[in-house]
Amino acid sequence: MASGRTLKLAATGTAAGLFSGLFGVGGGSVIVPLLVLWLGFGERRATGTSLAAIAVIALFATVAQGAYGNIDYTKALLVGVPAVPGALAGTWLQQRVRTETIGLLFALLLIAVSVDLVLQ
Amino acid sequence: MIVAVVMGGAAGLVSGLLGVGGGILFVPALTLVLGLSQVRAEATSLLAIIPVALVGAWRQHRYGNVDLRAGTVVGALSAVGVLAGVALANVLPQRALELAFAALALFVASRFLRRYFTARGQAEVPEIPTPRSSAPES
Repeated sequence: MASGRTLKLAATGTAAGLFSGLFGVGGGSVIVPLLVLWLGFGERRATGTSLAAIAVIALFATVAQGAYGNIDYTKALLVGVPAVPGALAGTWLQQRVRTETIGLLFALLLIAVSVDLVLQ
Repeated sequence: MIVAVVMGGAAGLVSGLLGVGGGILFVPALTLVLGLSQVRAEATSLLAIIPVALVGAWRQHRYGNVDLRAGTVVGALSAVGVLAGVALANVLPQRALELAFAALALFVASRFLRRYFTARGQAEVPEIPTPRSSAPES
Protein backbone atom coordinates (compact mmCIF):
# COMPACT_ATOMS: atom_id res chain seq x y z
CA MET A 1 0.00 0.00 0.00
CA ALA A 2 2.71 2.43 1.07
CA SER A 3 4.74 1.73 -2.06
CA GLY A 4 1.64 2.23 -4.21
CA ARG A 5 1.23 5.64 -2.66
CA THR A 6 4.91 6.43 -3.27
CA LEU A 7 4.49 5.42 -6.91
CA LYS A 8 1.50 7.76 -7.24
CA LEU A 9 3.52 10.57 -5.67
CA ALA A 10 6.42 9.84 -8.02
CA ALA A 11 4.03 9.90 -10.99
CA THR A 12 2.58 13.19 -9.75
CA GLY A 13 6.05 14.73 -9.54
CA THR A 14 7.05 13.45 -12.97
CA ALA A 15 3.81 14.76 -14.52
CA ALA A 16 4.26 18.16 -12.86
CA GLY A 17 7.82 18.41 -14.18
CA LEU A 18 6.77 17.21 -17.63
CA PHE A 19 4.08 19.87 -17.97
CA SER A 20 6.42 22.54 -16.59
CA GLY A 21 9.05 21.63 -19.17
CA LEU A 22 6.50 21.46 -22.00
CA PHE A 23 4.45 24.59 -21.36
CA GLY A 24 6.17 26.59 -18.65
CA VAL A 25 3.06 26.21 -16.48
CA GLY A 26 3.86 26.03 -12.81
CA GLY A 27 3.88 22.63 -11.18
CA GLY A 28 1.11 23.63 -8.77
CA SER A 29 -1.71 23.48 -11.32
CA VAL A 30 -0.75 19.82 -11.88
CA ILE A 31 0.29 18.82 -8.34
CA VAL A 32 -2.73 20.11 -6.39
CA PRO A 33 -5.39 18.40 -8.58
CA LEU A 34 -3.49 15.09 -8.56
CA LEU A 35 -3.01 15.19 -4.77
CA VAL A 36 -6.70 16.00 -4.20
CA LEU A 37 -8.43 13.95 -6.89
CA TRP A 38 -6.03 10.99 -7.17
CA LEU A 39 -4.28 10.65 -3.79
CA GLY A 40 -7.19 11.83 -1.66
CA PHE A 41 -5.41 14.71 0.11
CA GLY A 42 -7.57 17.38 1.72
CA GLU A 43 -7.41 20.75 -0.05
CA ARG A 44 -5.29 22.46 2.63
CA ARG A 45 -2.81 19.59 2.89
CA ALA A 46 -2.58 19.36 -0.92
CA THR A 47 -1.78 23.06 -1.34
CA GLY A 48 0.72 23.07 1.56
CA THR A 49 2.50 19.98 0.24
CA SER A 50 2.45 21.42 -3.28
CA LEU A 51 4.28 24.54 -2.05
CA ALA A 52 7.01 22.37 -0.48
CA ALA A 53 7.39 20.48 -3.78
CA ILE A 54 7.43 23.73 -5.78
CA ALA A 55 10.25 25.10 -3.61
CA VAL A 56 12.35 22.06 -4.60
CA ILE A 57 11.35 22.29 -8.29
CA ALA A 58 11.97 26.04 -8.55
CA LEU A 59 15.38 25.65 -6.91
CA PHE A 60 16.51 23.05 -9.50
CA ALA A 61 15.00 24.98 -12.41
CA THR A 62 16.51 28.30 -11.31
CA VAL A 63 20.00 26.79 -11.19
CA ALA A 64 19.47 25.38 -14.70
CA GLN A 65 18.06 28.65 -16.11
CA GLY A 66 20.73 30.67 -14.31
CA ALA A 67 23.38 28.63 -16.10
CA TYR A 68 21.80 29.69 -19.42
CA GLY A 69 21.89 33.33 -18.27
CA ASN A 70 18.13 33.76 -18.69
CA ILE A 71 17.41 35.30 -15.27
CA ASP A 72 16.96 39.03 -14.67
CA TYR A 73 17.83 39.22 -10.94
CA THR A 74 16.65 42.81 -10.35
CA LYS A 75 13.25 42.16 -11.86
CA ALA A 76 12.97 38.88 -9.94
CA LEU A 77 13.40 40.90 -6.73
CA LEU A 78 10.92 43.51 -7.91
CA VAL A 79 8.07 40.98 -8.20
CA GLY A 80 9.38 38.36 -5.74
CA VAL A 81 9.83 40.57 -2.66
CA PRO A 82 6.23 41.91 -2.56
CA ALA A 83 5.05 38.35 -3.17
CA VAL A 84 6.36 37.20 0.22
CA PRO A 85 3.84 39.20 2.32
CA GLY A 86 1.28 38.11 -0.28
CA ALA A 87 2.06 34.47 0.49
CA LEU A 88 1.79 35.12 4.23
CA ALA A 89 -1.63 36.71 3.69
CA GLY A 90 -2.68 33.91 1.35
CA THR A 91 -1.83 31.09 3.76
CA TRP A 92 -3.42 33.03 6.64
CA LEU A 93 -6.57 33.58 4.62
CA GLN A 94 -6.69 29.94 3.51
CA GLN A 95 -7.08 28.73 7.10
CA ARG A 96 -10.18 30.92 7.39
CA VAL A 97 -12.15 29.93 4.31
CA ARG A 98 -14.23 26.79 3.84
CA THR A 99 -12.41 23.79 2.39
CA GLU A 100 -14.71 23.62 -0.63
CA THR A 101 -14.13 27.33 -1.34
CA ILE A 102 -10.43 26.51 -1.91
CA GLY A 103 -11.55 24.00 -4.56
CA LEU A 104 -13.85 26.58 -6.16
CA LEU A 105 -11.03 29.15 -6.34
CA PHE A 106 -8.71 26.48 -7.72
CA ALA A 107 -11.23 25.73 -10.49
CA LEU A 108 -11.21 29.44 -11.41
CA LEU A 109 -7.40 29.39 -11.46
CA LEU A 110 -7.42 26.38 -13.83
CA ILE A 111 -9.85 28.20 -16.14
CA ALA A 112 -7.43 31.17 -16.14
CA VAL A 113 -4.53 28.80 -16.93
CA SER A 114 -6.39 27.31 -19.90
CA VAL A 115 -7.40 30.74 -21.24
CA ASP A 116 -3.76 31.82 -20.89
CA LEU A 117 -2.58 28.76 -22.85
CA VAL A 118 -5.15 29.26 -25.63
CA LEU A 119 -4.23 32.94 -26.03
CA GLN A 120 -0.45 32.27 -26.14
CA MET B 1 6.71 49.58 -11.74
CA ILE B 2 4.00 49.94 -9.08
CA VAL B 3 1.83 47.69 -11.25
CA ALA B 4 4.59 45.05 -11.22
CA VAL B 5 4.90 45.27 -7.42
CA VAL B 6 1.12 44.93 -7.01
CA MET B 7 1.05 41.96 -9.40
CA GLY B 8 3.91 40.40 -7.40
CA GLY B 9 1.91 40.80 -4.19
CA ALA B 10 -1.15 39.28 -5.86
CA ALA B 11 0.98 36.37 -7.14
CA GLY B 12 2.06 35.68 -3.55
CA LEU B 13 -1.55 35.79 -2.36
CA VAL B 14 -2.65 33.29 -5.03
CA SER B 15 0.38 31.14 -4.23
CA GLY B 16 -0.35 30.95 -0.51
CA LEU B 17 -4.07 30.51 -1.01
CA LEU B 18 -3.98 27.86 -3.74
CA GLY B 19 -0.60 26.15 -3.42
CA VAL B 20 0.78 27.20 -6.79
CA GLY B 21 4.02 29.01 -7.61
CA GLY B 22 2.38 32.22 -8.79
CA GLY B 23 3.91 32.11 -12.26
CA ILE B 24 0.49 32.81 -13.77
CA LEU B 25 0.89 36.40 -12.46
CA PHE B 26 4.70 36.68 -12.28
CA VAL B 27 5.18 35.94 -15.99
CA PRO B 28 2.70 38.56 -17.31
CA ALA B 29 4.10 41.10 -14.80
CA LEU B 30 7.59 40.45 -16.19
CA THR B 31 6.60 40.47 -19.89
CA LEU B 32 3.78 43.03 -20.13
CA VAL B 33 4.88 45.44 -17.37
CA LEU B 34 8.66 45.01 -17.12
CA GLY B 35 9.32 44.23 -20.78
CA LEU B 36 11.12 40.88 -20.57
CA SER B 37 10.87 38.30 -23.37
CA GLN B 38 8.73 35.21 -22.68
CA VAL B 39 11.81 32.99 -22.18
CA ARG B 40 13.55 35.40 -19.77
CA ALA B 41 10.27 36.08 -17.94
CA GLU B 42 9.65 32.37 -17.33
CA ALA B 43 13.23 31.89 -16.07
CA THR B 44 13.07 35.00 -13.87
CA SER B 45 9.68 33.91 -12.52
CA LEU B 46 11.28 30.68 -11.25
CA LEU B 47 13.69 32.66 -9.05
CA ALA B 48 10.83 34.81 -7.71
CA ILE B 49 8.88 31.63 -6.89
CA ILE B 50 11.58 30.23 -4.53
CA PRO B 51 11.05 32.62 -1.56
CA VAL B 52 7.27 32.56 -2.05
CA ALA B 53 7.10 28.76 -2.05
CA LEU B 54 9.48 28.52 0.93
CA VAL B 55 7.53 31.03 3.03
CA GLY B 56 4.18 29.50 2.01
CA ALA B 57 5.38 25.97 2.76
CA TRP B 58 6.81 27.10 6.12
CA ARG B 59 3.49 28.72 7.15
CA GLN B 60 1.49 25.72 5.98
CA HIS B 61 3.87 23.45 7.89
CA ARG B 62 3.14 25.48 11.03
CA TYR B 63 -0.58 25.05 10.34
CA GLY B 64 0.03 21.28 10.05
CA ASN B 65 -0.80 21.18 6.34
CA VAL B 66 2.42 19.84 4.82
CA ASP B 67 3.28 16.22 4.10
CA LEU B 68 7.05 16.80 3.89
CA ARG B 69 7.89 13.34 2.62
CA ALA B 70 5.28 13.57 -0.15
CA GLY B 71 6.46 17.07 -1.06
CA THR B 72 10.06 15.90 -1.34
CA VAL B 73 9.14 12.90 -3.52
CA VAL B 74 7.01 15.05 -5.83
CA GLY B 75 9.63 17.80 -6.01
CA ALA B 76 12.58 15.49 -6.67
CA LEU B 77 10.79 13.45 -9.35
CA SER B 78 9.61 16.57 -11.11
CA ALA B 79 13.23 17.37 -11.93
CA VAL B 80 13.23 14.22 -14.09
CA GLY B 81 9.92 15.27 -15.63
CA VAL B 82 11.24 18.73 -16.51
CA LEU B 83 14.13 17.24 -18.48
CA ALA B 84 11.72 14.95 -20.37
CA GLY B 85 9.30 17.84 -20.94
CA VAL B 86 11.96 20.14 -22.38
CA ALA B 87 13.18 17.35 -24.67
CA LEU B 88 9.62 16.55 -25.82
CA ALA B 89 8.79 20.23 -26.38
CA ASN B 90 11.43 20.28 -29.10
CA VAL B 91 9.96 17.37 -31.07
CA LEU B 92 6.18 17.58 -30.52
CA PRO B 93 3.72 20.08 -32.03
CA GLN B 94 3.65 22.74 -29.29
CA ARG B 95 0.32 24.36 -30.22
CA ALA B 96 -1.60 21.08 -30.20
CA LEU B 97 -0.10 20.22 -26.80
CA GLU B 98 -1.03 23.63 -25.37
CA LEU B 99 -4.63 23.23 -26.53
CA ALA B 100 -4.75 19.67 -25.17
CA PHE B 101 -3.47 20.84 -21.79
CA ALA B 102 -5.97 23.74 -21.80
CA ALA B 103 -8.77 21.21 -22.37
CA LEU B 104 -7.41 18.99 -19.58
CA ALA B 105 -7.26 21.99 -17.20
CA LEU B 106 -10.91 22.77 -17.98
CA PHE B 107 -11.88 19.15 -17.31
CA VAL B 108 -10.08 19.21 -13.94
CA ALA B 109 -11.73 22.57 -13.17
CA SER B 110 -15.13 20.92 -13.76
CA ARG B 111 -14.20 18.16 -11.30
CA PHE B 112 -13.36 20.77 -8.65
CA LEU B 113 -16.61 22.61 -9.35
CA ARG B 114 -18.56 19.37 -8.96
CA ARG B 115 -16.80 18.73 -5.61
CA TYR B 116 -17.69 22.28 -4.55
CA PHE B 117 -21.38 21.94 -5.34
CA THR B 118 -21.54 18.44 -3.84
CA ALA B 119 -19.99 19.73 -0.60
CA ARG B 120 -22.35 22.71 -0.53
CA GLY B 121 -25.29 20.36 -1.06
CA GLN B 122 -24.18 18.17 1.85
CA ALA B 123 -23.65 21.19 4.09
CA GLU B 124 -27.45 21.66 4.16
CA VAL B 125 -27.83 18.29 5.93
CA PRO B 126 -27.08 18.24 9.71
CA GLU B 127 -23.55 16.96 10.14
CA ILE B 128 -22.84 13.62 11.74
CA PRO B 129 -19.48 13.71 13.54
CA THR B 130 -17.00 11.20 12.15
CA PRO B 131 -13.63 10.31 13.68
CA ARG B 132 -10.72 11.86 11.82
CA SER B 133 -7.15 10.68 11.96
CA SER B 134 -5.71 13.33 9.63
CA ALA B 135 -5.23 17.04 10.17
CA PRO B 136 -8.41 18.84 11.28
CA GLU B 137 -10.51 20.37 8.54
CA SER B 138 -13.38 22.74 8.93
